[in-house]
Amino acid sequence: MERINAYGLDFKALNEKLRQAETNCAMENCCGQRFLAAGMADTTLSISGVPGNALGAYLNGAQITVNGNAQDAVGDTMNAGRIVICGSVGDAVGYAMRGGEIFVRQNAGYRAGIHMKAYRDKVPALVIGGRSGSFLGEYQAGGRIVVLGLHTDGKPIVGNFPCTGLHGGKVFLRGSLRGVRFPPQVNVMPAAAQDLAEIEPLVNTFCALFSLDTAEILGVPFTVVTPNHENPFRQMYVAN
Amino acid sequence: MKKEGQIRIPAGCAIAAVISKDGNRMTGEAIIDAMRPMHARSNGLGGGFAAYGIYPQYRDFYAFHLFFDNRAVRKDCEAFLKERFELVHAERIPTRQTPAITDEPMIWRYFAAPLQSAVAAMQVDEKEYVMRAVMEINTRLPGSYVFSSGKNMGSFKAVGYPEDVGAFYRLEDYEGYCWTAHGRYPTNTPGWWGGAHPFSLLDYSVVHNGEISSYDANRRFMEMFGYKCTLQTDTEVITYILDYLVRRQGLTLKEAAAVIAAPFWSTIEHKADARERETAAFLRKVFPSLLITGPFSIVLGFSGGLMALNDRLKLRSMVVGEQNDKVFIASEEAAIRVMAPDVEKIWAPAGGEPVIVRVKEGAY
Repeated sequence: MERINAYGLDFKALNEKLRQAETNCAMENCCGQRFLAAGMADTTLSISGVPGNALGAYLNGAQITVNGNAQDAVGDTMNAGRIVICGSVGDAVGYAMRGGEIFVRQNAGYRAGIHMKAYRDKVPALVIGGRSGSFLGEYQAGGRIVVLGLHTDGKPIVGNFPCTGLHGGKVFLRGSLRGVRFPPQVNVMPAAAQDLAEIEPLVNTFCALFSLDTAEILGVPFTVVTPNHENPFRQMYVAN
Repeated sequence: MKKEGQIRIPAGCAIAAVISKDGNRMTGEAIIDAMRPMHARSNGLGGGFAAYGIYPQYRDFYAFHLFFDNRAVRKDCEAFLKERFELVHAERIPTRQTPAITDEPMIWRYFAAPLQSAVAAMQVDEKEYVMRAVMEINTRLPGSYVFSSGKNMGSFKAVGYPEDVGAFYRLEDYEGYCWTAHGRYPTNTPGWWGGAHPFSLLDYSVVHNGEISSYDANRRFMEMFGYKCTLQTDTEVITYILDYLVRRQGLTLKEAAAVIAAPFWSTIEHKADARERETAAFLRKVFPSLLITGPFSIVLGFSGGLMALNDRLKLRSMVVGEQNDKVFIASEEAAIRVMAPDVEKIWAPAGGEPVIVRVKEGAY
């Protein structure tokens, strides 16, 4: 495994180094450098320190693990591959994601999974271990978002205005929905067996990654949120 | 080159701040270093810092920082000041020549006490008197611009990247218990010195990442109360709004935050606590023109503390960290990790949720 010391390198120099490195590498002393591994396909990368915004943007198959927190727009327009965040992420994780998987051990900021979409066999997945900020799944068009609510600070599992503009895909929320209000344009239902079957492989992976007990996680009821096709979002902001 | 006022500049930027709750003083080096990983958030057209507790030897005097276009306007401005203030000290603000910072105006500071007879004649209190003098210089003396006017604090700003601006102003020579910083990314037009952040009035200073959609509505409302927006840069009006709400209207910081980042009516309606619901509704109804819409994350500095605040939709990022006596705020966690690499308590406040930090009474 090749080691890359990010200290003192700007994002351009660091990305250049990463592109010339072996396909298996560990980056150390990362501090805010943006666009790391953007578009990469074959690399396995682990990162210590805080990677900058748009980590793994347009990712096309690479595997990234961040040993702490990450900032905004992780996996922006990601196409394939996997990103694992052992801490929390900033805003807009999985922005316009169209394939691949993102696993976040702790919490996510605002607008997680905004504009996520799916096409045939491309079904992106975003799993958040703790809680999520406001506007979760905003304008979601496809894919699966799972929030497990394993946080311990007593705050609601998701902030204000979840699933605003959601018109495709599914959002799964585990456990209590205390303090959570949904717009009338989405259906909020207890997850049935066939819904849970969809997310079981994701929960299994999450538990394997972070040494958790799958049975315990799946032993709590889930809620599934889908678009309400009888009452879809229309003219959200302007009458045209 | 057209200045702001001829063309409007929306901005996307970087902010950072550090404060010691025990009043321990720090040089400017840490906050300058914090701006480095956020370099790409600025484009070299504006950087600046506000520092609190830096002039203890003149703590009872207003510290005016001024830009002058030339010697003649400086003479006029000094005459204006002498009619209204006792000037106890005047000097050029020390700077370091660097190729990264060019075309600097004349940069001076004055430590001054209002002439009490003049304050009495105007029938206002001292702060109001100082605020009116600042407005008069900035509107009636072209080529003179007061960019800092508080006690025992100062703003330092220029056209350049923030790390270069910090070196230019020799901020390693100052010690403050609180620092805020800004790196600017104006997107439409050239920046100029007066348009850099922070925007200061009395001991309030604001650094801002974002763009205010409601700027004109806010500006017109504030003009009724004698606040003249001379720079047509949106951030300027935030400083005046906060001075108006907190100093003149006597609102708490939390209440002022509920005015400018007011919760949606639907959110207010569902608040469990009846008193909270009433207060939020009252503030929205009394100050509808001071709701600031559009993306913002700001840090307001004031004597003895700071407040960090996001717009209610949280359209800009902001992270807070806390370790021992210090609280850190920045647009990106990386900036906080520069100041405190092993900080454990780190979080992102919700939109419209103010983070207010105060220094222990008597420690500043």
